[in-house]
Amino acid sequence: MSKVRVLVGTKKGAFVLTSDGKRENWEVSGPHFTGWEIYHMKGSPADPNRIYASQTSGWFGQIIQRSSDGGKTWETPGGGMTMAAGRMPAGESNRFVYDTSSETGKPLTTHQWYDGTQHPWEFKRVWHLEPSLTDPDTVYAGVEDAALFRSTDGAHSWQEVSGLRGHGTGPKWQPGAGGMGLHTIVLDRSNPQRMYIAISAAGAFRTDDGGKTWKPINRGLRSPYLPNQDAEVGHCVHRIAMHQSRPGVLFMQKHWDVMRTDDAGDNWREVSGNLPTDFGFVIDVHAHEPETIYVVPIKSDGEHFPLDGKLRVYRSRTGGNEWEPLTKGLPQENCYVDILREAMAVDSLDSCGIYFGTTGGQVYASADAGDTWTPIVRDLPAVLSVEVQTLA
Amino acid sequence: MIRVELPQHLRTLARVNGDVQIEVEGRATIRSVLDALEAAYPALRGTIRDHDTLQRRAFLRFFVCAEDWSHESPDTPLPDEVCSGREPFMVIGAIAGG
Repeated sequence: MSKVRVLVGTKKGAFVLTSDGKRENWEVSGPHFTGWEIYHMKGSPADPNRIYASQTSGWFGQIIQRSSDGGKTWETPGGGMTMAAGRMPAGESNRFVYDTSSETGKPLTTHQWYDGTQHPWEFKRVWHLEPSLTDPDTVYAGVEDAALFRSTDGAHSWQEVSGLRGHGTGPKWQPGAGGMGLHTIVLDRSNPQRMYIAISAAGAFRTDDGGKTWKPINRGLRSPYLPNQDAEVGHCVHRIAMHQSRPGVLFMQKHWDVMRTDDAGDNWREVSGNLPTDFGFVIDVHAHEPETIYVVPIKSDGEHFPLDGKLRVYRSRTGGNEWEPLTKGLPQENCYVDILREAMAVDSLDSCGIYFGTTGGQVYASADAGDTWTPIVRDLPAVLSVEVQTLA
Repeated sequence: MIRVELPQHLRTLARVNGDVQIEVEGRATIRSVLDALEAAYPALRGTIRDHDTLQRRAFLRFFVCAEDWSHESPDTPLPDEVCSGREPFMVIGAIAGG
């Protein structure tokens, strides 16, 4: 019988929730890495027992954790007690060094700071881990300050995919309120050379040659906070989602505005339609219906909580524009939590499950594509990320 | 033998209980103590000082015999009390945040 594993990163540790395919009873394991911020955890599609986790702290910096048994036990790759004679200790798995070599192109040393001046790139943390679709030992990391790294040895060591920072627009990138993070990495199963990423606040970018070269894909985005509202870069993209059956169709939750592209990002159009507010962070696509998408509207950029204190997921079955509120089982009064950008995911069971976590520590799940909801765990620390694995 | 007292989170990361005991060749300094600590516990690399610049992380402090040594040169010899193990070399996390 199928199983579902939900990986929950919180402000004070990680939790792993498991259930059978009915998704009625949940076993909670954790906290793992108690006291540390877990920005993101994600399992390998090629080996579901391989899970990567980003463990971070303002005191102690960045740690990468890896599990090979579905989250029961964890290790810091390369951080063990043994080392080869004559070599420096391993412990390289938390070493993210920006590429400044002449061989790989254009060393880029500054980006735009909050006050408009140029500021050097400084590594702070890993926001997102995206395992390869085919190789459990290959994983991408989106980091703050925004850059893309890749490991091909199971997170023992990391190398920057430097073409992204080096392609030319970097000096115009600037941090959003939460920092300048690369938070979205979308891989295309039909085209291993193609990848999408998104950065707050720079925008969306695409490579068609495996990461060597990149181009901004922000035409159609409008951001009133920019001097040029239609600028090539500088947009605060919060999240991008794609259905693997239609890799050219992307959905985006921007700072404000829900957007859609049908040509792999070359042109975007707004599909906010009848949403009560189009500010938000999360967006995801139904596992079996590529035109069914989900968002959780948030009141505004100054008030990060649901409108009117009512927690409502909105579903569109038309790929945007026409939205319906989903409320059954969700609090409809006095609810003032936030749902952060990494905190929504779907499973791929026949009746698609939808999951999201809140800064109030609840993880809500729907086993019927959003019609009804129930908290599968509550009173956790603030939820930073939710990922779901559907296990055979 | 030198005793190193770590914050709880780093003990967990290094999978140790209580003080860490390490050996340092020659006269011990902050640098040589941290080098030996990281050699014995590679998971700690990058958590106390930057991987490449070897600068102390901003929210950590080094205490020696009840004095703040955070801004001492990393090559300053440590006192006999620490070198003999009578006093620990303390790595302390700043009290900040919640």
